Amino acid sequence: MQPESRTPVTLRESGDGLIRAGVTTFRRELLIAFREKQDVINPLVFFVLIVSLFPLGISPETEFLRDAGAGIIWVAALLAILLSLNMLFRNDYADGYLEQWVLSPQPLAMMALVRVSAVWVASVVPLLLLVPLLGLMLHLPAERIGVLTLTLLMGSPVLLLIGAIGAALTVSVRNSGMLLALLMTPFYVPVLIFGTGAVTAFGQGASITGHLAILGAMLALAIVLAPLAIAAGLRMSVANG
Amino acid sequence: MWQWFHKLGSPKWFFGIAGRLIPWLGFGALILLGVGIVWGLLFAPADYQQGDSYRIIFIHVPSAYLGQSLYVAMAVAGAVGLIWRMKMADTFIAATAPVGAALTFVALFTGAVWGKPTWGTWWVWDARLTSMLLLFFLYLGVMALRRALEDPENRARASAILTLVGVVNIPIIKFSVEWWNTLHQPASIKMTEAPAMPASMWVPLLICAIGFHLLAGWLILMRMRNEILYRERRARWVRDWLLSQ
Repeated sequence: MQPESRTPVTLRESGDGLIRAGVTTFRRELLIAFREKQDVINPLVFFVLIVSLFPLGISPETEFLRDAGAGIIWVAALLAILLSLNMLFRNDYADGYLEQWVLSPQPLAMMALVRVSAVWVASVVPLLLLVPLLGLMLHLPAERIGVLTLTLLMGSPVLLLIGAIGAALTVSVRNSGMLLALLMTPFYVPVLIFGTGAVTAFGQGASITGHLAILGAMLALAIVLAPLAIAAGLRMSVANG
Repeated sequence: MWQWFHKLGSPKWFFGIAGRLIPWLGFGALILLGVGIVWGLLFAPADYQQGDSYRIIFIHVPSAYLGQSLYVAMAVAGAVGLIWRMKMADTFIAATAPVGAALTFVALFTGAVWGKPTWGTWWVWDARLTSMLLLFFLYLGVMALRRALEDPENRARASAILTLVGVVNIPIIKFSVEWWNTLHQPASIKMTEAPAMPASMWVPLLICAIGFHLLAGWLILMRMRNEILYRERRARWVRDWLLSQ
């Protein structure tokens, strides 16, 4: 085969190829999520369980729950995402899919971004749908539930993107759950602070645009930078697994 | 310059240079820390507000400063390791993480000891304390990741990536924690504004700070030499060196 005749063809194809590969990957993830329903349901049940521990463990009084409710839901969502991270690339690593991914001509960082967005749609969005219900159970006023859902909507992709870096780095480690939690929790602190900060500020009647702007900035930064680190981590894990 | 940089990549050359530097660093640290700590703890004047309890700064400030800067140094080494595939960069990260974690812990511990008589409590959720605590966890994370990965190549690249991600996040964490603190406890205990220090206080502090740097350098080079010996244990020069000892 002549290299001259090959080069333009691949260059040309890689443009539409990227979109096609992205769409295929996205659909594949959703399909897997719907077929392996238990993997989607487990974090949801865990999320509700964690939230229900706080009234039991601290106080079921309305005032306490109203003040602490947003923080409780945020921490529970954070933990649910954190503990599902180790499954993010696990099966793909085991069955060799990741290797094909690394070898494919598509930029790995873009594919990682598509992949994480699909996981977000399949497993984090259901979690967000539960937030209003849990908010009611914790006696949060309706408007505050709205703000809480908005902050989680902006914050949860950041959590997932940052966590995916750790998942990519530790995909070859057996029983990486606890290790991932240790690695990633410090990075989750800023997201938690601004997420719950917005709800608290709203409760005090202050403006929340500052909080939301910073959450948005973190989201933008994570979307741009995290895929590069995820790709580097995956490449490393596949090369020397 | 570049030749020196390339030589840095050779474990054997580094082992030799480190061996020659170690006594200087070790004795330098011993002398400076001896002078600085004795001066600071016994002869520097007492603070007019805090009395003698302020003397903890002669240990607290240098260790807190080094705890922070060593993480940045690790990230620089991580970048060097990723870009130039330099083996010594990973040796540096391996050697530095426990030293940095220990110094951060010393800073947290001495801070708590100082906080009890000054603030009346061991711990406050103050912005600086909290961000140091998170920094401590970042160090532990690097160490845990290194322990978990078995392949040396993997370990090097993973810890390089993690320290780089960490160094991007440190300003964000610091900023967010400061924001959170001012939001939640505006009128809590504040650090008494230290009066501009007289020379009799800052000179021993400076001596201690330099001494701590030498101590950290000494510890890191000792650990790096160990690490090099272990990694290069099959190399001929290591055997020759061991036999000559």
